[in-house]
Amino acid sequence: MSDRILLKHGAGGRAMRALIEQTFVQGAPGELPPGSVGLDAMDDGAAVRLGDRWLVVTADSHVVSPLFFPGGDIGRLAVSGTVNDLAMMGATEVVGLTCAVIVEEGFSRDTLERVVQSMRAASREARASIVTGDTKVMGRGEIDGLVISTAGVALTDRVVRDAGLHPGDRIVVTGTIGDHGMAVMSLRHDLGLEGDLASDVAPIGQLVALVLGRHGDAVHAMKDPTRGGVASALHEMAGKSGVGVVLDEASLPVRDEVRAAAELVGIDPLYIANEGKAILGVRADAVDAVVATLREHPLGRRAAAIGTCVVERQGTLVLDTGFGRRLVAELEGEPLPRIC
Amino acid sequence: MTTSAFVPLRDPRRARALAEALSRLTSRIGRDPVSVMHVCGSHEQAIARYGLRATFPRALDVIMGPGCPVCVTDLPEVDEAVALASSGVRIATYGDMLRVPGTASSLAEAQAEGATIDVVYSVSQAVELARTSSEPLVFFASGFETTAVATAAALLGEPPDNFSVLSAHKYIPPVMEIVAEMPGNRVEGFLAAGHAATITGWGVFEPFVVRHGIPVVVAGFEPLDILAGLVRLLELVLEGRAEVSNMYPRCVTHEGNRRAQDTLWRVFRPAGGNWRGIAHVPSGNLRLRDEFAHADARRRFSIDLTSLWGHAPSPLVAQCLCGEIMAGTASPAGCALFGRACTPDAPVGACMVSSEGTCHIWHQYGGRPFLGGDS
Amino acid sequence: MCLGVPGRVIAVEGDVATVDFWGVRKTVRLDVVDEPVAPGDYVLNHVGFAIRRIPASDIQATLALYEELLAAEDERDPMAADVAGELRGGGGGRP
Ligand code: SF4
Repeated sequence: MSDRILLKHGAGGRAMRALIEQTFVQGAPGELPPGSVGLDAMDDGAAVRLGDRWLVVTADSHVVSPLFFPGGDIGRLAVSGTVNDLAMMGATEVVGLTCAVIVEEGFSRDTLERVVQSMRAASREARASIVTGDTKVMGRGEIDGLVISTAGVALTDRVVRDAGLHPGDRIVVTGTIGDHGMAVMSLRHDLGLEGDLASDVAPIGQLVALVLGRHGDAVHAMKDPTRGGVASALHEMAGKSGVGVVLDEASLPVRDEVRAAAELVGIDPLYIANEGKAILGVRADAVDAVVATLREHPLGRRAAAIGTCVVERQGTLVLDTGFGRRLVAELEGEPLPRIC
Repeated sequence: MTTSAFVPLRDPRRARALAEALSRLTSRIGRDPVSVMHVCGSHEQAIARYGLRATFPRALDVIMGPGCPVCVTDLPEVDEAVALASSGVRIATYGDMLRVPGTASSLAEAQAEGATIDVVYSVSQAVELARTSSEPLVFFASGFETTAVATAAALLGEPPDNFSVLSAHKYIPPVMEIVAEMPGNRVEGFLAAGHAATITGWGVFEPFVVRHGIPVVVAGFEPLDILAGLVRLLELVLEGRAEVSNMYPRCVTHEGNRRAQDTLWRVFRPAGGNWRGIAHVPSGNLRLRDEFAHADARRRFSIDLTSLWGHAPSPLVAQCLCGEIMAGTASPAGCALFGRACTPDAPVGACMVSSEGTCHIWHQYGGRPFLGGDS
Repeated sequence: MCLGVPGRVIAVEGDVATVDFWGVRKTVRLDVVDEPVAPGDYVLNHVGFAIRRIPASDIQATLALYEELLAAEDERDPMAADVAGELRGGGGGRP
């Protein structure tokens, strides 16, 4: 076995979680006030108890190749990723974002400015502002172009965990799945696909605020299905919550183009990354109202109830395909186009 | 929705009718189990993808044969690619090959240590990559005859001089003979791979059914294609008829695709070789003909495997039951390494390598691979 | 083993076709397909090469073949006739 870090360790699946657990979580000191959510929870961010509220903190690094892709760019991705992680903890009242960039020597100044403009636009959309930053330049070849690290801080009265699913809860996704990953993958592997493949990258804090504002307590759990897609996010939620999840394939919202591209390269849309979506665990009696509320918002038009939490098969994900039921395995490594 | 003409082939209601026919046929045959084998990873993929196993009758055992070209790529073949990559030669290959372990490491691990490896979706992309520079580029080619045809077409299409091919292509018909002759195998019929047969034609199986006295059904890959193929196969088993039946006529003819065959055999010749976990398969490998020596990475580079020999193949390999599993005479539960020394992260044998392998699927699904019956 | 996906030809230029797969277009090489391919035809794509032209009518023929199979089954087992009836009336599924 190799003792080096491989790409699979960043792919959002089992290997990544194991690496984080073994390297960062185990043995980490950390005394937080009671009622806080810390590193060991491996949630989307930390929630530190401050008086009768919580201060939610999250950090993210962003590398994407190419830097610009249909539907967005690394700047929009950085802001959205951070705002969304905060929102997934229930914290939609953003205090501020930080932005640290590492730039490769020789990088185009023009491009950098375009990225910064895009970050500003996304921040405005998210009703958040970048309050401080840092810039480093590294020698040519020492990094690849541009790396953006962001952190976010927000306040909330109620923390929503990714571990809060109960048997009987319904699973809701806020829109079509696989859009971001498929758009980027088709460029990265030069698949020569033409058509309407565009990333869904967007800050969804306002969408989440709308739902929590109206249906607050009915939302038991949230997570954004980024790397590793809906399957990985649900595996993690189900495992931490001690429930099984049964998905109904016919109700998964997938755009035709994404479905077709995914079929061409042999990858299941359930494993493909999203950057503007959330998965919600919702009390069964509120599911219709939650979906209706989501659909009122432009970022939630194709929201759908896609599954149900059950007592059996804790920590597993079952897909009802309409033909039969099968288990959805955890992602092994980065999804790659395959031929067989 | 321009491909909507295919939607009816994924209709669950039609599927149920076929699944019921499958049940009736299985009980009429009256043996438990009735064992049939498919020799195609894409069949397994579709069966798993659509959850079809849950619709199979309990007494019907659909065995996954050696139908995954990635799984059966032999250690030395991966080693050659890894050695080339580690010596600084740029490698392009299909995504499937990246994680296949060699003696000392996989291409993914070589990449982590600095080798340049490009994942491509088509051999044409590899040719384009070669055109962008004058550095040598080796296409590590895997896949059965269907995929080899594309490699052959690329070589006939005058690729640049710096482009060469390291062929790990395999040819299916001979391995069916091997499996049919494995001692103790219980296979009563074969479901043949529709896309390979698209190239070779279904006539290629006629001598096989005569020799072995068991039926072969050529089937496609939509859920209804697979179910209908199995229904047809069980009919032939029930009636004791050893013949070839083509249930994929929209793609497969008796003669096959002659133009593709010409392309294939102009560039490749069959050669004997080891299939990982199975056996030595006479004529089971596809190697470049002498006329294409200039584009044959094995002849262009002196590939030095000595550095890997220090690693001597893991002694565990001797304990692997893959061959028996693919022949349907053993199950992963019978392998002492399963889930211990052999996992998807650190696979020992072919069946654990690919997401289509039996051991891999059992491991992923906690030893109870399919949710039969319960609802 | 060999991932093959059918798509519909939109345009043909020499040995290359532009093929539509549910709204995603991709160029597919025609070097090895053994019949002339025209816009409107379906082709089976494997790793960027068309390996077979599929006449649109063949899809219906396939369904007819499967129904025949069930009809033959019916003769063996009259109880199954109602199932076959349902099959023939089967509506469209999901893509
Ligand atoms: S578990 Fe591993 S070693 Fe055992 S048969 Fe399967 S692949 Fe071979």
